[in-house]
Amino acid sequence: MAFFGRPFYWSETLEQMYMIGIGSLYLIVLTGIFAGQGFALAFSVELADFGAKNYLGRIMAISIIRELGPVLAGLMIAARVAAGITAEIGAMKSTDQIDAMVAFGIDPIRKLVVPRLLALIIMVPALTILCDAIAIFGGYIIAVFIAHITATTYWSAVKERLIFGNLFIGIFKPIVFSFVIGFISTYFGFSSEGGTKGVGRATTSSVVVTSITILVVNFFITKVVFSLLKGWL
Amino acid sequence: MIEFKNVDFGYSDRLILCDISFKVAKNESVAIMGPSGSGKSTILRLLLGLECPHRGTITIDGMNICQMKEREKREIRKTMGMVFQNGALFDSLTVGENVGYYLIEHSDLEYAEISARVHEMIGFVGLNADEIIDKLPDELSGGMQRRVAIARALLSTNPKVMMYDEPTTGLDPESTKNILQLMQKLKKEREVSSLMVTHQIADAVSIADKFIVISGGEIAYDGKLDGLIRSKDERVVTFLTPFIESLAEVNREQFTSD
Ligand SMILES: Nc1ncnc2c1ncn2[C@@H]1O[C@H](COP(=O)(O)OP(=O)(O)OP(=O)(O)O)[C@@H](O)[C@H]1O
Ligand SMILES: [Mg+2]
Repeated sequence: MAFFGRPFYWSETLEQMYMIGIGSLYLIVLTGIFAGQGFALAFSVELADFGAKNYLGRIMAISIIRELGPVLAGLMIAARVAAGITAEIGAMKSTDQIDAMVAFGIDPIRKLVVPRLLALIIMVPALTILCDAIAIFGGYIIAVFIAHITATTYWSAVKERLIFGNLFIGIFKPIVFSFVIGFISTYFGFSSEGGTKGVGRATTSSVVVTSITILVVNFFITKVVFSLLKGWL
Repeated sequence: MIEFKNVDFGYSDRLILCDISFKVAKNESVAIMGPSGSGKSTILRLLLGLECPHRGTITIDGMNICQMKEREKREIRKTMGMVFQNGALFDSLTVGENVGYYLIEHSDLEYAEISARVHEMIGFVGLNADEIIDKLPDELSGGMQRRVAIARALLSTNPKVMMYDEPTTGLDPESTKNILQLMQKLKKEREVSSLMVTHQIADAVSIADKFIVISGGEIAYDGKLDGLIRSKDERVVTFLTPFIESLAEVNREQFTSD
């Protein structure tokens, strides 16, 4: 099975980037704001007990960039995009559109899978970075207005943890998640069977399997990367 | 030339087609008939290489479609046109994009040229191009969708094999006539072999050089019209009985026109 090479479908890829990227924007912004603030609120209270409020920025940076941002963004995109991809491909299959495409001498893998996968590989990390930024900014609002930490204290603590190891994990995870979302959702779409009901079943399974895989893979990446990147964390 | 040789095929372990053999010569039109569920559409799917037979071979110009590499299959499919039974229009593309699909994907023609050909082809199948070209397939009636599907299959650059799965079912007589004329025109102008699955015996007679009747997964008849009408095979007789009137009419027409 040849994934890349001619013909490469540019317009499909750009269209998917738009649908995945712009389409998920509001979801990611809301997730970032509320998850970040909730997190910051809980931590600032706990840290105050130890007189360690000034560390809020560090904790926010580490937990959001390494874990919360990638996982939340990944799960949100999985719910929205994986469902969409599986349902679309499943519906195309059940109405013979995939066969029609094949009959026209088109490779459905290149036409349908590759553009979606590439769009995910670019958009999931981009959306994750945005989610991180918004969540850390949400932490800033809590820090200044509720925990009464100065802005400088918060931001310098954040900056202290913006080091290679953390940033690497923060980008590496969403790239892996984009493969998880892309492969699982297209696979379930192509293998759906049994009409509308089958498409519905495939869509549900696709979201469930993608979400769980993201959580499991996230754990293992954290574990493996921790031991590999010990010096840079 | 197309050749099916001792083909067996089934889904899971249920056998649908059993020991099917027939040939379609260059520039020959074949009508495939038979009761519902007898495996007519399956024959077309096999010929496209969408499925592969469990036993036997299917060859197009001597090449076995199931032994080809994916890339070779794609190349040979570019010379085949197929009208799916349910239309199978791309529902996220407009009517115009559907009809122009082949040219958009496989030709270097200018947009204006493609657009002109799409307009012309939509007109050929009896639809108003200006009205529907920017609509989505879902906004059309069933009969209109079927005609768009036929337009889409016909608008390719060099078809060698055309497959029509019940192209005229459910259409009004006027559109049926247009579509049959279009099929005949294509046959006259280019060297295409065509396979038409149909329940409309009158349509079959007006286009086909050869008739194949499938029954119970086997070929019950393969030959010319007169043989079909005279056939004593029980399966053929059972199949033809409901059509006796239209066949008589066809015969009358043939006598008067000769
Ligand atoms: N995807 C599939 N999985 C399992 N069985 C199938 C599948 N597609 C078709 N069949 C079975 O294969 C048999 C032949 O189907 P096919 O569509 O070729 O019939 P047909 O002769 O075209 O009938 P019709 O005139 O109603 O279109 C049917 O009994 C059908 O139940
Ligand atoms: Mg059929």
